[in-house]
Amino acid sequence: MRSLTHLDRLEAESIHILRETVAEADRPVMLYSIGKDSSVMLHLAKKAFFPGPLPFPLLHVDTHWKFREMYAARDRVAADPAIKLIIHTNPEAEAQGINPFDHGPLHTDMWKTQGLKQALDAHGFDAAFGGARRDEEKSRAKERIFSFRDKHHRWDPKRQRPELWALYNVRKAKGESLRVFPLSNWTELDVWQYILRERIEIVPLYFAAERPTVTRDGLILMVDDDRFPLNGEAAVTRKVRFRTLGCYPLSGANLSDAATVEEIIAEMLVSTSSEREGRAIDRDGGSASMEKKKQEGYF
Amino acid sequence: MNAPADISAWLAEQESKELLRFITCGSVDDGKSTLIGRLLYDTRQLFDDQLAALETDSKRHGTQGEKMDFALLVDGLSAEREQGITIDVAYRFFASDKRKYIVADTPGHEQYTRNMVTGASTADLAVVLVDARKGVLTQTRRHSYLAQLMGIRHVVLAVTKIDLVDYDREAFAAIVADYRAFADEIGVADWSAIPVSGLTGENVAARGGAMGWHDGPTLLELLDSVPLDAATDAAKPFRMPVQWVNRPNQDFRGFSGQIAAGAIEPGAEVRVLPSGRVSRVERIVTADGDLDQAVAGQSVTLTLADQVDCSRGDVIVAAGDPPQAADQFEATIVWMADEELVPGRGYWLKLGTQVVSATVQHPKYEINVNTLEHLAAPALGLNAIGVAEIATDREIVFEPYAADGSSPNRALGGFILIDKLTNATVACGMLHFALRRSLNIHRQHLDVSRETHAALKGQKPAVLWFTGLSGAGKSTIANLVEKRLAALGRHTFLLDGDNVRHGLNRDLGFTETDRIENIRRVGEVARLMADSGLIVLTAFISPFRAERDMVRAMLPQGEFIEVFVDTPLAEAEKRDAKGLYAKARAGALKNFTGIDSPYEAPEAPEIHIDTTRLSAEQAAELIVEELAKRR
Repeated sequence: MRSLTHLDRLEAESIHILRETVAEADRPVMLYSIGKDSSVMLHLAKKAFFPGPLPFPLLHVDTHWKFREMYAARDRVAADPAIKLIIHTNPEAEAQGINPFDHGPLHTDMWKTQGLKQALDAHGFDAAFGGARRDEEKSRAKERIFSFRDKHHRWDPKRQRPELWALYNVRKAKGESLRVFPLSNWTELDVWQYILRERIEIVPLYFAAERPTVTRDGLILMVDDDRFPLNGEAAVTRKVRFRTLGCYPLSGANLSDAATVEEIIAEMLVSTSSEREGRAIDRDGGSASMEKKKQEGYF
Repeated sequence: MNAPADISAWLAEQESKELLRFITCGSVDDGKSTLIGRLLYDTRQLFDDQLAALETDSKRHGTQGEKMDFALLVDGLSAEREQGITIDVAYRFFASDKRKYIVADTPGHEQYTRNMVTGASTADLAVVLVDARKGVLTQTRRHSYLAQLMGIRHVVLAVTKIDLVDYDREAFAAIVADYRAFADEIGVADWSAIPVSGLTGENVAARGGAMGWHDGPTLLELLDSVPLDAATDAAKPFRMPVQWVNRPNQDFRGFSGQIAAGAIEPGAEVRVLPSGRVSRVERIVTADGDLDQAVAGQSVTLTLADQVDCSRGDVIVAAGDPPQAADQFEATIVWMADEELVPGRGYWLKLGTQVVSATVQHPKYEINVNTLEHLAAPALGLNAIGVAEIATDREIVFEPYAADGSSPNRALGGFILIDKLTNATVACGMLHFALRRSLNIHRQHLDVSRETHAALKGQKPAVLWFTGLSGAGKSTIANLVEKRLAALGRHTFLLDGDNVRHGLNRDLGFTETDRIENIRRVGEVARLMADSGLIVLTAFISPFRAERDMVRAMLPQGEFIEVFVDTPLAEAEKRDAKGLYAKARAGALKNFTGIDSPYEAPEAPEIHIDTTRLSAEQAAELIVEELAKRR
């Protein structure tokens, strides 16, 4: 009799979570951020409902500040006729011209946090899948797989439900919603091993290549288009890759030669910094900042 | 961590890693967080930026002076950090060369039974921490008992801070002897003790130099070698709760679920419960191609050879070895909410993919987790553990949770209770067995059906359920409605709250529990009357939504018509025909709805009567018209 490996078991658990949500929620949606975790989550969803189509749409909360290669990858995913992709941009952020260079934390709040709430409310989605993992950040370690949010999308630690066995309580009142994290028990290494095993396509930015860069506050940033204010400075070509992807002016790159998934894993094993280190977004507000963002409704 | 010389070979090795989940029980004082921090550190799960943050944090919040405080690695929410305690279940990840580990890190404080039970529900193994300086304490017993309760079969007694007692072999031996007596008493069969130091790492991942006298395995060696529950589960008879029916088109109908126990091959004979229909597995469908075999733990989609009725909540099982179905059980219940259990109230019970309405009787006893004594208890409060009988509104497929030496039947023996109003998960439980009366009382088939009864009377049965405050006008309006219906030649019966309390329910008072039982009995009587073809009118305050919904669920769709007689409290109190409000205000009447007991107004009543705008006559007219529309 075959015995299951840890990846088999993680996959089976994620599929169980995806199916349970679809069976019990009224209008589920999958948050699709174009990153590697989103790619893995989408792959798992396709497996969960095979041979049927995805029983929910994907939602990309856009900021206009993602890497160009991310938009290209997104459009390739959306080209599949079996996939429905909804793109939402916050009209207020748009009108006010909110951007990462001039507006700091407000950029994330307006485009992502508020934008997400708008999109969920506008479509009446009551369960949203996200690719967050418990190993990413300290306050995530206690996050439930089914994270309960009130009418205002707020996360109240006291109202989170105990999760026993594989029994998830998906019940909620009208207006309340759930964030569901099928990858909760995966680690960064698990994700990479699974990408390798399943040959999942990911954005090329994860692989090292010569890219135009500058340094800002100790982060190597890529000059992805001419909106990046250089103030006369010339971009330097560096061989870099990204461990996490978001808005390009907020995503720090690492010097690297890793050009294949195997090389990325090898690099990770000797790496001396964690995945979120390259994220400018975690830096404002000290070590408890992620928790604060969650209470405000950040995913 | 060093880069493996050959990444491909290393990755191939990683591919075959197993997964073990365990729980750590103990408090920060026992060095629990330090021990987990040490495991993460020694297996190189920490990055430099995390270590740098740890160093900064150690100086600010740490308890180890200038040394690294590993405990800070595993603290999470900021509020808890400030209080210096962990108050929830956190999950940590690390890996050895052989296995990947998921650690449920739970606090050891008495008030947090809930968290430990949550963490233990998915664990293969429990690490129970004992401070070498303090020995076996009440909490050690509590943790061991809870691990045992949740069906954890392997316990590791980690005797921590052994460095602080100078690696004293005798001290360790005394603790082991102490624990042995207790383990025998509660029946922990498989346990082993290891002297460790989280601070120095001795006997955690590496052997302790100063403890040459300990010839057993290190903690990590033990974790690497314990048999997994998954292997035991796979050897049991086949069980798969159906999660979702996959039907993309007319040509495909698959039943998706995660296999709870056993193995399955195409061609195997299976039974669909509760219907009992037998068929054969045609295909095991996955996105990676059809499988020749699938085992416990896998998420698959099965197609069957016959057109069998099967939907979410059903369980596909080995045809020759099916589990039982029943609607009355004895169970252990762990209460997890601030609001205590209300015996008799309807809760949602979720077991596997089955969701039913269930009521819990008064507990037979509560268990003192410290002394294991059985205590009398009227109800169960937060963190209380008790044994009680449970009745569900329809049969559920189940297995006893505890499996006599084998891995527990988590999927078909463990359940949660959900509050119908707040939707909070208020309890979890483990089924012991079905009550014999549930297995032996079968419904008698009646030749004269309820349809025949209704046809004889030439009407469609219904229950007009009047609800509202005392003095709202329920009885008055119900009387007028019945008179009109009688004049129209309808067969009716009016059940009035005050009248029923003189007979059927004379043994009941006005406590919350008694009021629930009052409504349950009236609901059952109304149902019998509706079965006989009558139009039933009931006039009860029936203040709780959960109980009205319970009666609604007893009746066929569309036959329960909730009539909300809506009179503002001030208005009802002004009328006070029976003088009850005056008595309640004076404190002479306890638990009076609207005064010191709540009234939960219907959210979507079929008929809403605003008595400030309609006379009783007009209201009756409107109700009769509404009823006519439902013919």
